[in-house]
This record gives sequence, structure tokens and C-alpha cells, in this order.
Amino acid sequence: MATRELEVAVRRREGVAVIDLVGDVNAGAEVELQRGYDEATRDGGPIALNFAAADYINSTGIALIVGLLAQARARGIEITAFGLSDHYREIFEITRLADFMRIADNEDGAVDGAEGGDHA
Amino acid sequence: MAALTRPFRRRFLGGRRAGFQEGVTTERPQAPAPPEQAPVEIAPNDPLLAYFQSASEAVDIDTLELDSPALRELKAAGVKLAVPLVSQGELIGVLNLGPRLSEQDYSSDDRKLLDNLAAQAAPALRVGQLVREQEAEAATRQRFEQELEVARLIQQNFLPKELPDLPGWQVAAYYRPAREVGGDFYDVIPLPDGRVGFVVGDVTDKGVPAALVMSATRSVLRASAQRLIEPGVVLERVNEHLCPDMPEKMFVTCLYGVLDPATGLLRFANAGHDLPYVKTADGVVELRARGMPLGLMPGMDYEEKEAVLQPGESVLLHSDGVVEAHDPDRDMFGFPRLKETVAGAPGGQELIDRVISELEAFTGPDSEQEDDITMVTLERSAGAAQLAPSANGRVLDEFELQSEPGNEREAIARVERAVADLGLEAARVERLKTAVAEATMNAMEHGNEYRADRPVSIRVLHTADGISVQVTDLGDAGELQETESPDLEAKLAGRQKPRGWGLFLIEKMVDEARVTGEGGRHTVELVLRLQGGDDGDT
Repeated sequence: MATRELEVAVRRREGVAVIDLVGDVNAGAEVELQRGYDEATRDGGPIALNFAAADYINSTGIALIVGLLAQARARGIEITAFGLSDHYREIFEITRLADFMRIADNEDGAVDGAEGGDHA
Repeated sequence: MAALTRPFRRRFLGGRRAGFQEGVTTERPQAPAPPEQAPVEIAPNDPLLAYFQSASEAVDIDTLELDSPALRELKAAGVKLAVPLVSQGELIGVLNLGPRLSEQDYSSDDRKLLDNLAAQAAPALRVGQLVREQEAEAATRQRFEQELEVARLIQQNFLPKELPDLPGWQVAAYYRPAREVGGDFYDVIPLPDGRVGFVVGDVTDKGVPAALVMSATRSVLRASAQRLIEPGVVLERVNEHLCPDMPEKMFVTCLYGVLDPATGLLRFANAGHDLPYVKTADGVVELRARGMPLGLMPGMDYEEKEAVLQPGESVLLHSDGVVEAHDPDRDMFGFPRLKETVAGAPGGQELIDRVISELEAFTGPDSEQEDDITMVTLERSAGAAQLAPSANGRVLDEFELQSEPGNEREAIARVERAVADLGLEAARVERLKTAVAEATMNAMEHGNEYRADRPVSIRVLHTADGISVQVTDLGDAGELQETESPDLEAKLAGRQKPRGWGLFLIEKMVDEARVTGEGGRHTVELVLRLQGGDDGDT
């Protein structure tokens, strides 16, 4: 199975910057992930990481997400994750990432529940 | 004028030099044709044959006097005029004419016309005969070639259709007969307890006779191998079977080895065959065992020897078509050159490719292959040993991966395929995949430092109570240990680096994770029980 380089796209929905992650969240994703984060947090609003098309997340990918979470917490930006498979949701729980970022079942839940979005 | 109204009839009298033709004439083509007469045969020793051959014109049969049975027959049949058809000094046929219906004698004009006709008809007839002969020869040749092709296909069916997939081993073979069918053969024989018999043999001579002896040898050897196992005893039995029926001046050289893939133990016996080469860390060695070729004389003993193929070692079984190939100056390729090639090449298919390439460079591009060439290689994977003590179980898969970032995805895919039929819950398969990915990444990065010469070996076993995946690198034991347990709060506060999740995830994903190290190898064993798992949160 070949690796699939991560592609990141940022879109805005109701004041929430949704970061769509497509591909593998691994060591090779660092630059693209940071670029997406920078673009999404330009105005300081809440962000939502969409993992629906991220097939593979390894420990290095977890570390990158931890890094983003640390940056966001330092600026008081809320991060929500959605689209996680049951397996990666479990990993977010085991690593306690789920304790420090909100986990939503889907995009609507991620946007509706975000504090600081237009809907709030 | 007489006209030929009936087709030639022809009878060969011992070949085309004594051809014979007969015709009947009539002046009135519209009249009913007279009944066909039986052709008159001229025996090879009949003086009429020599007379016709030397005749330069039409011959009056009535006035001819020779002590010839054929002449008497011609006269009795009412033949009046015989026109020999001679081409390039060879009598290729005779036109026999009966009496003119006008009852007049043939005129000189008639004779001149017939002589002219014969002079023109003879070469044409000769051409026709040659064409027919060539067609017959071509048909015979084509039939022979078809039969050879069938023989080749039958012989190819005797060769293994596929080589065994032995976990931890690479098996490759090469077979190229010098003619359409050959006397070389190789075979792979599955034996009880997972052992495998390997045979390489060479029948003296080539072509169909050698192929027939080869097929007989193969059949007897296969039957004996299943019952007797011990290589020396097997060769003794094959020799006893072959001796009574072996054609004179023919015999078979043969090497037979039984490999236990689990231990690398190779027991072998040799019936006068070229010695196999084993490439070891200390150089190339020969596997020696004494024994006479098969089929020469009954009552022979065959010495039996053993060798243990260590991880990373490979053995080459070969026929003499390799070492006895000649270059344009008639120098032989020879054993030293083959040994050198084995020393300089990796094992498996690459070794075979290297030998063929060296051989072609040696013999030259346009040389005709002198003898059948057969090679079989067995290579034991470099990381196939030093397994953890709990490694007992059925091997579902075993493979190596280059230490390159991203190759853990290949490990995941292979392990997922290997356990697909065991009925694991999807969630537990996902946990195993994550553990395998993390262990493989650790092995590539920390154990092997992403070095090209350090592959990661992975073995998947179905054990009594579950699944064991062993990930082995060539680093020192202990390198996998992460310095501190990951604490997300500490990481978010900058007191720990964001990384350091690998071993943590491994331990959480499987029921048990063990680390063993020995002899420059370091193995992480991931254990997932089929029953009673606690969903990984251990």
C-alpha cells in the first residue's frame, strides 16, 4: 500500500475554518498541515479538522496534531475534530487528545458546537 | 494424330529413377474410351529399363527383341510404341501407345511429334515429381517438428508449474534446454512436516532419448521421495529402479536435497552431479557428498550429508550446461568462474540472472547453446532467525521491507492480508495494523537508521491462542525504548516534545508486546489473542 501525501484545503463555514485533510497524516504531512493551520487561524476564529478523508494517522501524525493543538491553545483558538473512524477516535481517546479538543460526529456537529463561530 | 486421352498412370519401381508411365491412344476422342489397362511394371534389373534409358527416340515394341519380362507384358498388352521420357539422363517415365485405330503404322511425322512431346514433357514431369517430393518431405518435417513440440510441452509439464512459497525463503529456478527437448530436469517435492525435496538432474545426451530417461527418472524419484525421505536412501532406490532398463551408455547425474524451511537444515545426497555452491558470510563453499551416477550399476550406496543454511545464505544447484559452456576460443566457463559469480551476487533470482548474464557475455552473442542449462536457488532471508521463544505457530507470512519512510504501509497491508481469514473483529484488525505500523517505523528509523543495507523482517504467525507479529531490525536491543511515557498535558505545555507516541500506541493496541534482542537483531513481538481481548486498552 503506497503512502498518500497529505493535501490540505481550508474553507469557512459559519465562522468556522474547516480544514479538510486528504491523505496520510504522517511525517510527510508536517509542512502542509502547518500551512493549512496558518491559513485557517489567520483571523483567530475556531477551526475544525476534517479527518473523513485521512485514511492513515501514525504516531508522527499524532505528534503533529499535538503541535497544532499546542499552538491553538496558546492563542485561545478552539479545535474540533470530526470525521474520525472509530479506530482513530479510540486513539484520540487513548492519547487524551479527545480531552483537549472537541470530537464531533460530523461537520454539522463540529460547526454547530464551535464557540466563536457565526452561529454562536 | 494420336492424342493422349487418358491421364498418365504412374508406378514407381524402386524410386524415381525407375518411374513408369502408361498411356493409351485413340484417333477419335469422341469414341468411348477403351478399358483402362493395368500399368506394366519394369523391374529394376529388367534390361528394358536400360534400353529405354539410352533410347533417343520412340521405340517400336513389336520389333524389339530383349529377354525382358516387361517387354513381353507390353507386347501382350498391345503396346506398339513406347516413348521414353528422359530428363537429364534419367528415365522418369514411358508413354505407351497402342495401335492406331486406323490400323496404319505410326508415321515418321507421328514419331517426330511424339519425340518432341517427350522432350518437352520429360522436364515438366520431372519438375512435377520434384515438387511432390518436396511437399512430401516438408509434410514429414512438419510432422516431426509437431511431434517434437508436443514432446517439449510434455516435458515442460514434468517441471514444477510453480515454486513453493516458503516463508523466510526465496526459491527460484531456471531451465533452458539446448534442443526442443532436453535431458536436464529439476523438481520440487512437498514432503511431510513442511519439508521440501529439491532435485536437479542431468541425463547423458540430449534430445528425445534423454527426455524419455529424464521422465522415467523423475517419476521414480518422486515416488521414492514420498516414501523414503532420506536423500541417500531415495537415490539408492531410484538407482535400483533405473539400472535394469537404462539404455547402454546412458546414465543420470542427480542431486537430491531435503530442506526443513523452519530450521534451514538441508540433508542431501549426490549421484555424481556437479556440487552445489553455498554462499556464506565466510565465502562460497561446496556441498560434497559421494555417489555414482544413477543407472550405471546396481547396489550403489549414496553418502548423505547435512548443512544448515543460515539466514542470509543461499545455495545454487546447477547442471553442467553452465560450467561446460565454451567461449569462441573453446575455453570453458568452468567452476572457478561460476564460484566467483556466486560470491559476487545476491541469492535467489538475482543470482540466476547474474549467472545467465555472465554466461552470455562469455559465450558471445551468437553462440548456440551447447547443453541444457538448469539452476535452482534457495535463499534464506537475512532476518529469518533469532525468533522469540514464543514463536511457535503456523507462519502466515514472512517478508522483508527496505528501511524507507512510508514502508510501514506495506507492512500493514501484508499483515492485514495474512490475518484476513482468522475471523478477527474489524476493530482488532485496525489495532493490530496500528501496532504493526508503529513497530515497523521504529525498526526502520531507530533500529536500522533508515540504512539501505538493513531491511526490516516481519513474520506473522498464527499461534495457539492468537496472532504473533514479529518485527525484527538489525539494531541493538533497547533502542526502541522511548525515554519517557507520553503525557499530553506536558506536551501541550512544552515540557515534553510532541513526539514519542510509538511504543505507547503499540502497548495500547495489542494484548502483549515483547522485546527481545540477540546477535545484533532486535525483535518486537506483537501478540493479539483471538479470544478474550480487552479491546487493546491494557
